[in-house]
Amino acid sequence: MLAGLMILSAGLLFGLTGALQYIVPGFLKQFLSFEKIRPLHVSAILFWIITGSSGAVFSYLQQSTGKKIYSVLLARIQFYIFSVSIVLIVISYCAGIFGGREYWEFPPVLGLPIAIAWLLFLYNYLRSVPGFKNQPVYVWMWLTGIVFFLFTFLESYLWIFPYFRNNIVNDMTIQWKSYGSMVGSWNMLIYGSSIFLMEKIRGTPSYSRTRLAFLMYFLGLFNLMFNWGHHIYTLPTHSYIKHVSYIVSMTELLIFGKIIYQWKSSLDIAKKYGHYAAYSLLLAADAWVFLTLALSILLSVPAINVYTHGTHFTVAHAMGATIGINSLLLLAFASDILIQAPQQPATANKKFKISLWTVNIALFVFWISLIAAGIQKAQWQMSTEKIPFSVMMLEQRPFFIIFFIAGLVLTIGLLLIIYPLIKNWFITDQKTNIQALL
Amino acid sequence: MSLFICTMADTQKGIILTTLVTAFSIYSAHLYTSLPVKSYPVNLDAGNGKQVWQRYNCTACHQVYGLGGYLGPDLTNVYSFRGPDYIKMLMKSGTDIMPNLHLSDEEINNLLAYLKNIDASGSSDARTFKLKKDGTIEQ
Repeated sequence: MLAGLMILSAGLLFGLTGALQYIVPGFLKQFLSFEKIRPLHVSAILFWIITGSSGAVFSYLQQSTGKKIYSVLLARIQFYIFSVSIVLIVISYCAGIFGGREYWEFPPVLGLPIAIAWLLFLYNYLRSVPGFKNQPVYVWMWLTGIVFFLFTFLESYLWIFPYFRNNIVNDMTIQWKSYGSMVGSWNMLIYGSSIFLMEKIRGTPSYSRTRLAFLMYFLGLFNLMFNWGHHIYTLPTHSYIKHVSYIVSMTELLIFGKIIYQWKSSLDIAKKYGHYAAYSLLLAADAWVFLTLALSILLSVPAINVYTHGTHFTVAHAMGATIGINSLLLLAFASDILIQAPQQPATANKKFKISLWTVNIALFVFWISLIAAGIQKAQWQMSTEKIPFSVMMLEQRPFFIIFFIAGLVLTIGLLLIIYPLIKNWFITDQKTNIQALL
Repeated sequence: MSLFICTMADTQKGIILTTLVTAFSIYSAHLYTSLPVKSYPVNLDAGNGKQVWQRYNCTACHQVYGLGGYLGPDLTNVYSFRGPDYIKMLMKSGTDIMPNLHLSDEEINNLLAYLKNIDASGSSDARTFKLKKDGTIEQ
């Protein structure tokens, strides 16, 4: 979790540099041009998500079972493999050595240690869970997330076989099948942990064993498995992939409905528990789930997707999901895990609240500027006038300036939340800290 | 109300999970064995061009079928739209934003073959799609 926070801090700075390259063309072109800075940013955020979520699963699994995990040594080996891989990946990017696949842009050989580390995670998890009978929903969600991440990660490397890569349409179909489901797999890890944390704060395990909790879990799994086709509506692939995805994505309306239905009770609970730092972060993420899901459902309609595909609309959706939902939830876990209960009120101070509001307002402006840029590019894509790409990009400059400024404020806000968490870890007795985690 | 209070039997959970995993396995296996494009000419230069594309991480800035980076233009149909000479010239000189990657002539020719191959696979021009009332599209 601590490593994840450091990776997130680096990822934010890389993102900011990338955003600056949009408004200052050629900025750092000789040393860290965009084809280097983008993978540095994207990979850092992905590693923040996977290291942060696996750290949360280990911590909460122990709290849930009341026992230590099966092997602390295996967890440490997993951590060291991840750490060495991340360092090698950063070096490869800076040296301009790429595997060149979107999101996992490092040389494919570095995917091997990541897969091995994840296999250790799976083994350790399975040996740590006493059984699956009468278990709360998050235990199922964690297992699902771990298994599907491993499967989709391996699937994303099928391109190394000529059978899959020799034709661009075949290659992209399988590539986006794996990526689409992979997002669902880490969401399982994160949402599972958030259900655990929510119940821990309320002190009543009322939701995690209900029929509704399991129905929502199966609905999420159904979407993880079959809704990935919305990424490739414009690719000349099998039409059944698109139809299945369209229909399955519409079932997300049920999740949307559930959020609206439970809105009032969420607000009542917020009044009661809002003083907890972790709970405030959970609530902020809830609002972003609503906005991101609304956008996601819209983008899942092929006739709308045609306009938005390839524009910053997609980026807005991705940023809402990775910052507004995943990162805020992971920060909630971090503040719960890294700052032990007696110290909790210390974070619930004015400074924390200002930082959280700053993050949310900046993220909203950031999100809106991306949507506005997306609308403008969509108009350009559909226009019959052949306006050059460079002219269109120049017209988008005001949105990119707002995007950069909002990104800068967002980074400052997030760093103000991250810094006390890291500082607290180092000022507290290390032995107590490690015992608290493992 | 029972949704919020009642629990679900482990057997029920097992049945739903098994059904979903089986359906997913069949769906995946079917897709792997019947990929969308079955017959296509294998072009060695284009294959090498794909390697060059990945080696220089072109996807960080450029899109194919709307997927990839946003800093540069989508290159799905750039081959027929701009022609090989124009593309060659840009690859050799770079732009204000795109660095000159100092590609060799062989790398440039391979990349051109790859872009020609992508161009022949279909159109990414959203204006050519037919929108239907049920929300689906036709290419």
